[in-house]
Amino acid sequence: MQPLLSAHDLHVSYGAVKAVRGVNFEIRQGEIVAFLGANGAGKSSIMNAITGLVPTASGQVTFEGRDITGAAPETLAPSGLTLSPEGRRVFGTLSVADNLRMGAFALSDKDAVEAAYARVYDLFPILLERKDQYAGTLSGGQQQMLAVGRALMSNPRVLLLDEPSLGLAPLIVDQIFDLILKLREQGVTLLLVEQNVAKTLQVADRAYVLVNGEVVEQGKPAELTASGTMQDAYLGAN
Amino acid sequence: MDIFLQQTVNALALGGTYALLALGLAVVFSIMGLINFAHGELMTIAGYVLMYCGIAGVSFVVAVPLALMASVLAAVLMERIAFRPVRNGSGATMLVTSFAVAMILQVLFQNLISTRSQPVLLPAMLSDSVHIAGMVIGVNKLAAIIATVVMLVFLDWFMKHQKTGIAMRAAAEDFAVARLMGIRANTVIAGAFALSGLLAGVAAVLWVSQRASVDPLMGFMPVLKAFIAAILGGLGSLRGAVAGGFLLGFIEIYLSAFLPPEMQEFREPIGLGIVVLVLLFRPNGLIPSATLKAEKV
Repeated sequence: MQPLLSAHDLHVSYGAVKAVRGVNFEIRQGEIVAFLGANGAGKSSIMNAITGLVPTASGQVTFEGRDITGAAPETLAPSGLTLSPEGRRVFGTLSVADNLRMGAFALSDKDAVEAAYARVYDLFPILLERKDQYAGTLSGGQQQMLAVGRALMSNPRVLLLDEPSLGLAPLIVDQIFDLILKLREQGVTLLLVEQNVAKTLQVADRAYVLVNGEVVEQGKPAELTASGTMQDAYLGAN
Repeated sequence: MDIFLQQTVNALALGGTYALLALGLAVVFSIMGLINFAHGELMTIAGYVLMYCGIAGVSFVVAVPLALMASVLAAVLMERIAFRPVRNGSGATMLVTSFAVAMILQVLFQNLISTRSQPVLLPAMLSDSVHIAGMVIGVNKLAAIIATVVMLVFLDWFMKHQKTGIAMRAAAEDFAVARLMGIRANTVIAGAFALSGLLAGVAAVLWVSQRASVDPLMGFMPVLKAFIAAILGGLGSLRGAVAGGFLLGFIEIYLSAFLPPEMQEFREPIGLGIVVLVLLFRPNGLIPSATLKAEKV
């Protein structure tokens, strides 16, 4: 089966610093795939390169058989791929409902927008309760839900989640991981960057382990746990 | 007391014009970090359209929308031709570009139209005055206040309830994430320029209505004042621009009305002194932009 999203020999640089060095990956329809690794391993850089937020130095990113390397970020949401960025980055001066409305910017059909609102409010009833409130006044957990909800408004087939549980209370973290499984049931393919390794390995089908911008190992969670590479990746041993 | 109220009306009229201009600067600045000093030339263009319409005998009710259309079109072209190529440059690069655009346009006006101030034919009604509550108020002042209120209400509605307006606020807060949502950078920036052109056009009509003349450098002073007003209000903040515009209008009018005659020649520096004093206590302006965090020691 042709992968839904893939990268071939992907490189990302910030000036002289090489953040991602020749990464290859393939994500198939319906999978939950995680990128794991210590801070600075290049996980977020990969996410940002896929979505065009940072330029790709070399290599190729393919989505549904189309080359999207270096595509402008605004072209991706309409084609079914979007990112919930690290740090949530909700529009704090906009109401919750307006944040969601912006998430649906790519949708031109009014009924589709209404359906997207209904789906998101169904997943996150708290957002319906707070819909007229400024997003900046929400708690961290609620802002994370809004960030994910906003991304879902464009009806993505592939959703990239960058550190969705960062800085959240344990109870909320559980909710976020439940949500990830629920989204997969709804047919969304997920690419996940997380620092909560234990939880991630519980939900992911496969994971790529990154060290210094390179994939050092990949496989099913059970294989990775057994091999011991994970510890090395996080403890920085070579 | 009568004089005070009378001057308050004048201050509202002048402050409103500054507010519209400052808003035009703020809309563009909040989205792309450019302080567009060529904003004044948009005013001048609208002024010349009014002048030519007067010469051609076109009625004022038709001339005004034509002038507004001209400044909107000029603003959009300005973005497309001059600012899009330097969009990813630093704030300084864009600032210098805007000075270049302003100077090129000034030279064009001087060579193609006239270096001198040209009279603009206005409806006689504008120079009439009406009596309200014992005050004599010029129709042009009244029109300026009404036009300002209408524009502010329109802009508030547009930014709060229109998809494009909300997208502009989203882009002002986090451009990269706005683009992730599918909001096109070109659309939002062109929209911001169109809006700033409309605001400059309305301000130009009000400005010309007070003076009945237009000259190649007409736009420079009001835009400099609007820039000061935008800083006073909080650069990048739309509400701040309005507040700053009105405050500056009040400072200028009250100083010119109530400062003793022997001190009148120091009116401008005293006015700016008050602005600096306000900024001393509120370094980020009256209503600072929520997204612009000035963290300096």
